[in-house]
Amino acid sequence: MHRVGYILLYICLGVVGVFQIFPIIWLVSFSLKTNQEIFAGNPFALPTDPKWENYLKVFEGGIGTYFWNSIWITVVATILTILIASMATFAITRMKWKLSSFVLGIIMIGLMIPIHSALIPLYNMFLNVNLIDNPVSIVVTYMTYNLPITVMILLGFYTTLPREIEEAAIIDGSSIHRLFFKIILPLSAPIMSTTVIINMIYNWNEFVFVNTFISSDKFKTLTVGIQNFIGQYMTDWGAIGATLVISVLPIIIAFIFFSDKIMEGLSASAVKG
Amino acid sequence: MDKVMSNKWIITLYILPALLFIAVLIVIPLLLSGYFGLMDWDGIGAMQFIGLDNYITAMQDSKFWESTLHSFLLAIFSALSLLLYLVVALILASKIKGANFLKKIYLIPMLLSSVAIAQLWIKVYNPSNGMLNSILTSLGVENPPAWLADPNIVLYAIFIPIIWQYAGFYILIYYAALKNIPESIIEAAKIDGASPIQIAIRIKFPLIMTVFKVTIVLAIVGSLKYFDLIYVMTGGGPNGASEVMASYMYKLAFSSYDFGYGSAIGFLLLIITLIVTFIIRKATETKDTIQY
Repeated sequence: MHRVGYILLYICLGVVGVFQIFPIIWLVSFSLKTNQEIFAGNPFALPTDPKWENYLKVFEGGIGTYFWNSIWITVVATILTILIASMATFAITRMKWKLSSFVLGIIMIGLMIPIHSALIPLYNMFLNVNLIDNPVSIVVTYMTYNLPITVMILLGFYTTLPREIEEAAIIDGSSIHRLFFKIILPLSAPIMSTTVIINMIYNWNEFVFVNTFISSDKFKTLTVGIQNFIGQYMTDWGAIGATLVISVLPIIIAFIFFSDKIMEGLSASAVKG
Repeated sequence: MDKVMSNKWIITLYILPALLFIAVLIVIPLLLSGYFGLMDWDGIGAMQFIGLDNYITAMQDSKFWESTLHSFLLAIFSALSLLLYLVVALILASKIKGANFLKKIYLIPMLLSSVAIAQLWIKVYNPSNGMLNSILTSLGVENPPAWLADPNIVLYAIFIPIIWQYAGFYILIYYAALKNIPESIIEAAKIDGASPIQIAIRIKFPLIMTVFKVTIVLAIVGSLKYFDLIYVMTGGGPNGASEVMASYMYKLAFSSYDFGYGSAIGFLLLIITLIVTFIIRKATETKDTIQY
C-alpha cells in the first residue's frame, strides 16, 4: 500500500514536470528541423538530421546586434542598480536619522504599482529631453524600477550585520565611505550575488519599456528584436525556433550555475511582498 | 560613534541617488498619468484641458469594462490555480527523493521572457501544426479548436501558459514554507493516527496560511498588471476577446495616439490595483500569528 502511494505521488510530480519542461524541449527540437519535418512529422520525434544552419541563418540575419544590446544594457543597469541600492540600504539600515522608515516607504512604492500606469508620462518625459530611441532611457528605467526589489532583498542582510563592525571601524579612524566601500560592501557579497542574478534576469527579459521607447533596430534588445525576426521568417519554423532558443539560452545557462541564488532571490522577493 | 553615523551630509549623499530616480521616474509619472487623463491630447500637439471627460468616457466605455472584466477573470483563475500549486508542493515536500531536482525543473519557465513564452505557446497552439493540435488529431479529435482565434476560448488558452509560467515560483514558495514546519508536529499527528491527507489539510495548510495569503495578493495583483504575454500572443484579439486593462491602455496611447484617454485608463489601472491590494490585504489580515 505504502509503495503504491509513493508511485502515485511520483506520477503526479512527473506529469507536472513533463508539462513544465516539454514545451521547451519541443522548442529546441523544432529549432533543429526543416519546415517539412515540422509540418508533416510527429511533433515528438527528435530531429533526424539536426539543421544547425537554422542558427547560422539567424545570426546572418543580424540577431547579434540585439544580443549585444541585451548584454550591455543588462550589465550596465544591473551595476548601477546594485550600487545605488546598496548605498540607500546602508543609509537606511546602518545610519541614524528620523526619516529613514519614511524614505524606505517611498522606495517600496515601486513594488506595488503597475508600470503601465507610468508608461505614457515616461514616454512623454523622455520625448521632451530627446531620450526616445536612445538606450539611456532604457538603462535608467531598468535601474529605477529594479531599485525597490533590490533594496528589499538587501535590507534583511544589512539589518543583521552586527553593530560592532561600525564601532570598530570608526574607533580605528575610518571614514564612513571607507566603512561602506571597504567593509560593508565586501561583507554583503553573498546577498549581492543574489540581487545581481535577479536583476540580470529581470533586465534580460524586460519587454514593454524597450518596445515603447526604442524604435531603431540598432538599439533593440533581444526580447523586442525577436519579434522582428519572427515577422521576417514568418513561416520558417526552424529559424523561429533558433531565434527563441538563442534568446532563452543565457538564462538557462545562468540557472544551471546559479539556481540556488536564483531561488533564494525569488523567494525573498515574494515572501516579504 | 552616534555622531559619525548620523552625519546629515553623508546620509543625504547615500540616499539621494535612489530617491531622486524613484521620484522622477516612478512617483512623478504616476501623478502625471492622472493629470494627463484630464487632457484631450494626441501626445505630440498641444494639450487641452477637458476636466473629467476622459474618466466619464471610461465609465461608459464598454471596451474598458470588458478589458477590466478580463483582467479580473485572469486574477480569479490565478488565485484558484494556487490550490493546484499547493497540492504539488505538499507532495513534493513529503520526503520525496529528487524533490530538489524537480523543483528546479518546475522553475525554468518562470525565468524565460514573456515574449519567448508567448512565441513558444503561439507555436504550441498553432491550429495546423502546433504541438497541441498534432496531439489532439493523433488522438482522433477531428476538428481541434483554433485556440487563439476563437473568442470563446482565447482567454482560457492564454491562461494555460500563465499557469505554466508561474507554477515553479509558487511551488517554490510553498515548498520552502512547508519545509519550515517542525517535524515534531507532524510526528505527533501521525502518532495520534492522522492520515497524510488529514495532516495536509488540518495541520500543514493552517501552518503556512500566512505565506498562502501573501501569494493570493501576489497572484491577484500580478494578474491585474498582465501585459507582455497577451500583447504578443493575441494583441488583445480576436475582436477584443482577450483585451486586458494594460493592453487597452497601450493600444489607446501607442496605436490610436489618444494619449489623454490612455493616461486616464492608466491612472484607473493604478487606482484599481491599489484598491484591490488594500481590500485583499484587509480581508486576509491575521490578528494572531501561529506560534510553534
